[in-house]
Amino acid sequence: MKARTRLYAALAILGLAAPWLGLYPVFVMKLLCFAMFACAFNLLLGYTKMLSFGHAAYFGASAYTTGWLVTAQGWGTIAGLLGGVAVSMLLGLAIGAIAVRRQGIYFAMITLALAQLVFFVCLQAPFTGGENGLQGIPRGSVLGIIDLGGDAAMYYFVLAAFAAVFVLIRRIVHSPFGQVLKAIRENEPRAISLGYQVDRYKLLAFVLSASLAGLAGSLKALVLGFVTLSDVSQATSGDVILMTLLGGSGTFLGPALGAIIVISLQEYLSDLVGAWVSVMIGAIFVVCVMTFRRGFIGEIERRLGRRV
Amino acid sequence: MLKLAALAVFVLASLLDVSQVRAAGEQVVIGTIEDLSGVYADTGGQGSVEASAMAIADFGGTVLGKKIVLLSVDHQNKPDIGASKFREWADQQSLNVLLAGSNTGVSIAMAKVAAAKKVPFFAVGAGGASLTGADCTPYTVHYVYDTTALGNGTASAIVKEGGKTWFFVTADYAFGTQLQDAAARVVLANGGKVLGAVRAPLGTTDYSSFLLQAQASHAQVLGLANAGTDFINSLKAADEFGITKTMRPAALLTFVTDIHSLTLQTAQGLYLTTSWYWDLNDETRAFAKRFFAKMKKQPTMAHAGYYSATLQYLNAVKAVGSTAPDLVMAQLKKTKINDVFTKNGYIRADGLMVHTMYVMQVKTPAESKYPWDYYKVVKVMSGEEADGSQADPACVLVKK
Repeated sequence: MKARTRLYAALAILGLAAPWLGLYPVFVMKLLCFAMFACAFNLLLGYTKMLSFGHAAYFGASAYTTGWLVTAQGWGTIAGLLGGVAVSMLLGLAIGAIAVRRQGIYFAMITLALAQLVFFVCLQAPFTGGENGLQGIPRGSVLGIIDLGGDAAMYYFVLAAFAAVFVLIRRIVHSPFGQVLKAIRENEPRAISLGYQVDRYKLLAFVLSASLAGLAGSLKALVLGFVTLSDVSQATSGDVILMTLLGGSGTFLGPALGAIIVISLQEYLSDLVGAWVSVMIGAIFVVCVMTFRRGFIGEIERRLGRRV
Repeated sequence: MLKLAALAVFVLASLLDVSQVRAAGEQVVIGTIEDLSGVYADTGGQGSVEASAMAIADFGGTVLGKKIVLLSVDHQNKPDIGASKFREWADQQSLNVLLAGSNTGVSIAMAKVAAAKKVPFFAVGAGGASLTGADCTPYTVHYVYDTTALGNGTASAIVKEGGKTWFFVTADYAFGTQLQDAAARVVLANGGKVLGAVRAPLGTTDYSSFLLQAQASHAQVLGLANAGTDFINSLKAADEFGITKTMRPAALLTFVTDIHSLTLQTAQGLYLTTSWYWDLNDETRAFAKRFFAKMKKQPTMAHAGYYSATLQYLNAVKAVGSTAPDLVMAQLKKTKINDVFTKNGYIRADGLMVHTMYVMQVKTPAESKYPWDYYKVVKVMSGEEADGSQADPACVLVKK
């Protein structure tokens, strides 16, 4: 058995056993949702080197859509999730189509500006509840068979979704399409000279990333039962960048580990220091950037001399 | 690679919450979720936690032979933090009761959790009347004041003195809009007119553009439907712009600590509605003295409310001999509340604690004889006068 297989087997067992290890299931579910969000973001930053500064827009828009569909429209859980993902996909298509024409800082600024637009729509639109957010979103059931009301059932549902997304992202990266993305990352003019329609590849990567980020947001809405403005805010966009860089962009496990570290720190520090938590996370980020630029997993891979 | 796997397991295990669920029933757990750092940290904040701790100490520290434990956390005015912390405590710490306040948006989010987890929830510092209306639950008690009472107190006093045309500067979330609605209803019912309103985000520091809109409306009254530092900042700015010379400011929710920050020079003559004042009688002064010794400021109505709510909950637990939420709620709803906070208060079917409210006027610097001597009573409103004699029909618990 290869070492990598052993590692994934160990993580899978850990994931399956988490509710019996005394871990708080709702918290682990929140971790998984953000880990999924960071993995989706990594598809853009790590493999295509496109730094989107407004990824919370897709995360939050999908969360709001799912919350609204399930609460106000009485849709089922799966239909609500799909509806949310569809909205984030379309949003990704619209914003991506504009943004991929530019590179570097201009790309980042366009994504940021349009994400702020989405934020203000969420703030002012009547169905989002403004500053109060959407409350009391029911978890419902999977096709009327498995009731997700209990934390255990919901946990395995979220875990399965995360595993599926993780495998999907591996598959995308290792596919010929993923190879082209990496070629674009390494040298865009050369990819163009080889005859690839670079913008189309970038747009597809953008839409995939936005859709998966949306799925993460919708799941979070169902897990916690509410959607608020912080899900769609600039701070969340910043958090996901932090998670990806901290864990190691361009690695599979890095963003997930980064999400676990950032969310856990936020959780524990907010008990101790309240609103000062953002200052402390910022300080940690500075230390990480100064000392290990590749992120945790990136550094480990470099030490071991191979990829995880 | 095995080392890496071991590392991953170690990191996960050490970072995640490994605290075991406390065995239920060994202790009675009281939680407080407050704004400890934001715009309401002064009116509620750490003082609220301290007031609850005082009540627990006065009660003797134990009930039914179990130790009473007090938890507290900062909700940072974010509904998501408040609701997820409440849920976590209910799941992990076998929380028996939650006292929370300052921020209606956060409180509405927490009320939904209270209903789902069946944990009694005292909304102490929040004002939104919808907590016992459209957002009511069988486990919510709305304790200190609500937007309806504030409108009936302050707005009607000002309209009756001739302030007929109003312009509102409103905090842009559930509390502000509900407060504006309540005040506007009173204004219209008394033959006044609302000329306009502008919404400012929570935590705004620069009110200049909002105030210029208010000035341009040529209304007689500047209705400030906000609270905490929002209220202080907006009134100070209005004063500096000279707007208070042409428009009369209406402070729709004011705490005594706000007046202390503003100073009497700026705040003199303001009408306000409060459910409690430290200088009402000997009993309130005695409580205030003890509170002042700990916090170095006089208690607000929210602080007294925290003290009272904690005490009433513990009394109910003692009376029924159990912390079972339904039994405790039934006991609370049939008991008259008589303590330092209010006399003959009672909890209505929709969860609103109906009690006496006072319309106050802020003294002039010449009238104030000693530190924190800020209010004179203009009018005493009975609970029914402040909040209506009927429970809110928007609440599903109310029989129609």
